[in-house]
Amino acid sequence: MSVKFTFEDDTLICRLQGEIDHHTALPIRLETDDRIESCRPAKTVMDFSGVTFMDSSGIGLVMGRYRLLSEMGGELEITGLSSNAYKVMRLAGIDRIASVKKGGIKNGDK
Amino acid sequence: MVTNEFKMSVDSRSVNESFARATVAAFAASLDPTLEEINDIKTAVSEAVTNCIVHGYKNCVGKIYITVKIRDKNTLIIKIRDKGCGISDIKKAREPLFTTLGGDRAGLGFSVMESFTDKMTVRSKVGAGTTVTLYKTVNGREK
Repeated sequence: MSVKFTFEDDTLICRLQGEIDHHTALPIRLETDDRIESCRPAKTVMDFSGVTFMDSSGIGLVMGRYRLLSEMGGELEITGLSSNAYKVMRLAGIDRIASVKKGGIKNGDK
Repeated sequence: MVTNEFKMSVDSRSVNESFARATVAAFAASLDPTLEEINDIKTAVSEAVTNCIVHGYKNCVGKIYITVKIRDKNTLIIKIRDKGCGISDIKKAREPLFTTLGGDRAGLGFSVMESFTDKMTVRSKVGAGTTVTLYKTVNGREK
């Protein structure tokens, strides 16, 4: 599991890769929060197109980042959810707090 | 009638979450499930195993016992048991968004298990442990 970050035009893109569960969520969370706090982006995009598995730990990951970003006045966008990940996210009503886009981000290999 | 069965036990370490769900999914592969069905099974198992680790054995490392049976050719019965602290109020624990942990846990473990399987039962005794049983019929790629 890994996260790759790019910060451009006040937008922080976090590309998540691999499996998200309770075991892998903690390092992702720490790294992402670190990056959000140092960049203080107007917009943060969590891109799930490289995620091969996700359970409800993914919900906590999004909700926690959402809380952090709202304190800073930043917005959150979710992209690249697989149909399985979308099914999990929908249970939590994630689409009510963040803008959810199904497709991934292009030029994604940086 | 049970036609195939598999049992294992594994330490309640979070690194084993991926091992447990992948192993159950590999056993279920003989039923020729669709990708979606495999994902449903992996997700539900992941939630149950995580519960054993973060709740059942929250202050220690214990064993998680997993039994999978195939009944009537295409129904999986997945039993995930711990000998941990147990749940005092199962009804409350099953409520969506209820969590005793806070932080980044969403309180949706049981909700995910319920919606990703056909049926879920929870038996628990404080001080003795918890058994979650998941039922999932695999229709596969209709022949």
